[in-house]
Amino acid sequence: MTHVWRLLLAAALLGLWHVGSITGVLSPLFFGHPTAILATILAWFASGEIWPHLAITLSETLLAFLSGTICGVGTGLWLGLSPRTRAVLDPFIKAANAMPRVILAPIFAMWFGLGVASKVALGFTLVFFIVFFNVLQGVREVPPTVLNGARMLGASPHQLLRHVYLPAALSWVFSSLHVSVGMAFVGAVVAEYLGSSAGVGYLILQAEGMFDVDTVFAGIVVLTLCALVLDALVSLAETRLLIWQPRADAARET
Amino acid sequence: MPPQPALAFDQVTVAFGPAEVVGLTSLEVDAGEFVSVVGPTGCGKSTLLNIAAGLIAPTSGRVLVAGQELRGINRSAGYLFQGDSLMPWRSARDNVAAGPEFAGRPKAEARDAADHWLARVGLAGHGDKYPHLLSGGMRKRAQLAQTLVLDPPILLMDEPFSALDVQTRQLMENELLALWQANRKSVLFITHDLEEAISLSDRVIVLAAGPATRPIAEFAIDLPRPRDVAEIRLTPRFRALEEQIWSVLRAEVLKAYRQGNAA
Repeated sequence: MTHVWRLLLAAALLGLWHVGSITGVLSPLFFGHPTAILATILAWFASGEIWPHLAITLSETLLAFLSGTICGVGTGLWLGLSPRTRAVLDPFIKAANAMPRVILAPIFAMWFGLGVASKVALGFTLVFFIVFFNVLQGVREVPPTVLNGARMLGASPHQLLRHVYLPAALSWVFSSLHVSVGMAFVGAVVAEYLGSSAGVGYLILQAEGMFDVDTVFAGIVVLTLCALVLDALVSLAETRLLIWQPRADAARET
Repeated sequence: MPPQPALAFDQVTVAFGPAEVVGLTSLEVDAGEFVSVVGPTGCGKSTLLNIAAGLIAPTSGRVLVAGQELRGINRSAGYLFQGDSLMPWRSARDNVAAGPEFAGRPKAEARDAADHWLARVGLAGHGDKYPHLLSGGMRKRAQLAQTLVLDPPILLMDEPFSALDVQTRQLMENELLALWQANRKSVLFITHDLEEAISLSDRVIVLAAGPATRPIAEFAIDLPRPRDVAEIRLTPRFRALEEQIWSVLRAEVLKAYRQGNAA
């Protein structure tokens, strides 16, 4: 039943948009035509023109996600385990995190050019802090009994890191995957939009320059579909990676 | 040379900042002896055990393990914690295999040893389960297996069964005794439950109420072994011992209670 209502709602909204645009109530210059948008999307996929752009955007997302996660885990473990260094760096970390980092895009464009690297750099700054703060939390919240238990079982400092701190931290990273993957994607697209030579963000930028609002909307639709697919993949990965965690809907037995 | 005690506290004190938690304490656990320490809640019993484990260094005095002064973690001791010490991201088997793995034994060998010990504590067939799928009693069994797989000569136990229901608890106590009877380790067992202490031990030590807790009395438990913890409680000798020890412990419990109320 819910599905029927959803479909009806979507059809009603698209119908209103369509009627509004052909009667001129919604100016086609600003709102476009749903049919033209659909035609643009179909043409992109039919001609294959969209694939290289999608591939660029998605590889930027992937690279930003991977680099941000690896550095975030490393830095989080390091600072989580050395409170003194953390105390020194704390104000710098707070400042860097408070900064509206999207505005770094022009700087990254100057440093790294208009190619993939500057997009990865922006995505990295977004992903890094999410992962970093989660790892910090994960390290801090290792139950003392688990930690002492492992020590009593003979774990060396290196083994504690590998078998206690890392899994504890990763569980936090895994539970924030939705946010960090989403941010990597946002970073890639925004950086493309602010200056690029390829990617879906670039297509939108080009279309905007020619007042081609249908193509702008087509780009947005493609990006949204991509984001949904990424989110579904993350959900799949999550159930595999967090198999050992009690699920929220399953009552904990004691 | 007389045989060394397996574990000895030699004039140990512990202070956290200005607060003295453990006053001048000397006690010994002989090889193969089961010693319980009872005391009022919050008197610093766990601190005593953490010192024996090497997790805390004494402020003054020494801990001797088989005659050698303890520095750092006590490698001769296994520790059964009051809380959950299983690693939640490892299955029961991998938790039990952790100790041997940390010691550098090959993974397959460690897992075989783990399966053997899981079976010994009655968890055969539960090896693949993650801790959150095990009941409280099963988690305790897994922890016991995790400790015993390393075959430590000393066992430190911190109210390990206090979170279990009465039936499970007596079952676990009997199983612990059976395992101990088969391979006599030196046990230092902390509890606030006097009945548990008497039914398990060779010797019961009573601690004073905190702050600056210290041993104030010691009782040899001359009950015959092997024991059944439920049945032994019904014997007249058990009752007599309980009365004797309680007469000392009661004053401390009242003291702790009054302090708790005053605070």
